[in-house]
Amino acid sequence: MKTLPIVDHPTAARPFVNDRERSHWHDQALWFVRSKRDTQANSIPEWEYLRSLASQIKTETIANLGAYLTEFERNATALGAVVHWAADAKEHNEIVLRILRDHNTHRIVKSKSMLTEECGLNHFLEDAGIDVIDTDLGERIVQLRHETPSHIVLPAIHIRKQEVGETFHKHLGTDKGASDPKYLTEAARGHLRDKFLAGEVGITGVNFAIAETGGFVVCTNEGNADLGASLPRVHIACMGIEKLIPKFENLSVFIRLLGRSATGQPITSYTSHFHGPRDKNSELHIVLVDNGRSKLRHSDEFREALHCIRCGACMNTCPVYRRSGGHSYGATVPGPIGSVLSPTRDSSSYKSLPYACSLCGSCTDVCPVKIPLHHQLLAWRKELVGENLLPLSKRISMKAASILFQNPRLFMAAGWIGRTSLKMLPRWTTHHRFNTWSIARELPEPPKQSFRKWYSENR
Amino acid sequence: MPVALFVPCYVDQFYPDVAIATLELLEKLGVDVVYPQGQTCCGQPMANTGCTKDCAPVAHKFVKLFADFDAIVCPSGSCTAMIRHHYDEYFGKDDSAFAHVKSHTFELCEYLHDELRIDHLEVSFPHRISLHQSCHGLRELRLGASSENMTPREDKVRSVLNLVRDIEYCELARRDECCGFGGTFAVNEADVSASMGRDRIADHVSSGSEVMVSADMSCLMHLQGIIRRENNPIKVMHVAQVLMGRKIAAR
Repeated sequence: MKTLPIVDHPTAARPFVNDRERSHWHDQALWFVRSKRDTQANSIPEWEYLRSLASQIKTETIANLGAYLTEFERNATALGAVVHWAADAKEHNEIVLRILRDHNTHRIVKSKSMLTEECGLNHFLEDAGIDVIDTDLGERIVQLRHETPSHIVLPAIHIRKQEVGETFHKHLGTDKGASDPKYLTEAARGHLRDKFLAGEVGITGVNFAIAETGGFVVCTNEGNADLGASLPRVHIACMGIEKLIPKFENLSVFIRLLGRSATGQPITSYTSHFHGPRDKNSELHIVLVDNGRSKLRHSDEFREALHCIRCGACMNTCPVYRRSGGHSYGATVPGPIGSVLSPTRDSSSYKSLPYACSLCGSCTDVCPVKIPLHHQLLAWRKELVGENLLPLSKRISMKAASILFQNPRLFMAAGWIGRTSLKMLPRWTTHHRFNTWSIARELPEPPKQSFRKWYSENR
Repeated sequence: MPVALFVPCYVDQFYPDVAIATLELLEKLGVDVVYPQGQTCCGQPMANTGCTKDCAPVAHKFVKLFADFDAIVCPSGSCTAMIRHHYDEYFGKDDSAFAHVKSHTFELCEYLHDELRIDHLEVSFPHRISLHQSCHGLRELRLGASSENMTPREDKVRSVLNLVRDIEYCELARRDECCGFGGTFAVNEADVSASMGRDRIADHVSSGSEVMVSADMSCLMHLQGIIRRENNPIKVMHVAQVLMGRKIAAR
């Protein structure tokens, strides 16, 4: 297996967070989405009940995943779909390419799918000579700029409209300096319409697949999945195996939670149901992908991460994500859920992500399927220490702290030395760039005496 | 047995008046309270770094020291949450000393509100204040309703502050966003942490507040560090100091 580069989140985040204007704007944009979510959640009296219900349904589904997957396969096949199984990203990509080759296809239109991002499908297909067009507006912007999505629901949230204007001017021939969102969207619409008409195969993701019917649901706001699945004769739907829900009626719980949690909409503009190929001249392929999910399912500590419905609410609410931008995580899925999922793929590469968190717990409270995200991030830290992946300097300082806290006299002495030196020493010896605390902050002003000293003198 | 005062390590060393105010407040309310000597820290810095092996002996020392008290009161939501929600892995399921400490350790406002059920306090604090909700107090101890969660909950910190005469509240644009302290996070992710802190301070300042008040001094230690570096006029105070009607410090 190829080794991934090591992501150091603090370093990767630095340029973004220290570009104060951009960071502030990014924070405000996402906070606006989070506020819309609050309004929507607040409008449903049974919101917390729905969250519990969704969590329970997911727990049961994951527990019996094998049975539900075979039930889904049976029912989807009966509807005329072809179901493929992929153990990992490589198999997934090869299955998709084989279908394209079988149809002698060179042009595909794709709607948003974080799974295909996870599998690196675009690059794989482009290397094989296939022309891949992302049809979600945000994804298209990112694709034209040769970037990756920085958010799973709002892939281009890190890019400002002026920058979109420049990109479109270069690639789509819009007026130089134009940044009016309506004008730019119209331009993208015209550009994508031609691509839709020329597309030979449509690829979509899957939001929910239903075991009892063999059908699945794709939620979009732009209708691009519908066009992409309706115009070409062949539709390939790619899904992680955790996207399954047992019954059709379960959808009512998840659909109510998804749009509200993701963007603060009561429901996405399009909630499209697919039940087999649309007619006898068409084909529907469903690719079920594991890619590490079974491994996650075996972990008592992290299993609940499989509940995730990829709404992105934990990103919108995360104060670290909002200020450091999605790319600082160096992973397909950024933010709190990404920081839980990424180390399951490669704990060494992603060891800094569980620490890119102040443990504020906002993600846990916002999550529509009740993944205990901040507790999982804390659990990851313990895991990483167990795997010997914490830097030596930190291990030593924690060992020293432990000794100090086990010995009250030593603790008292160290406290006295600390307070006295802070009082006596010139400022430059305590506030300098090697004392990370003091880069942006003053150290506390040392008091005359500690509380314990005061207590022994006064009580 | 009397009630034990548990003073967080950094409060003991850097903010003794917060502990003094807590002690005086409990005494004023007629609580038989003592400060058991020999206490240090709950072990949260090690646990939050993932070094649970380094935390374990500290946790055991803590439980041993406090096991015989009727109640343990702490002027910190975060340290209380550590005992209540993160100590289980260090103790056996049938460890009665731990079970007692776990269920009898209270954050100060929680103790005043739930256990003592105080309904008046002879004190005045004639200032405009804004409340900084600490994340662990809010989302681990549920001292109030977090903005993400739709379950209605009484705000215990605010309830006790409401007993103080002449307080004027200033409302924030983001009522419970994290300040960016996060223990070792403040150093590991220094840039993001400082950015979060600056944003919180700006929100409190633009609310018209004179004093940021919190039930967790650790958040305030971080925020005060930024406030002093940037020569901001706003002050910080622990809720215990306000409940004792302390004067606002000169700086």
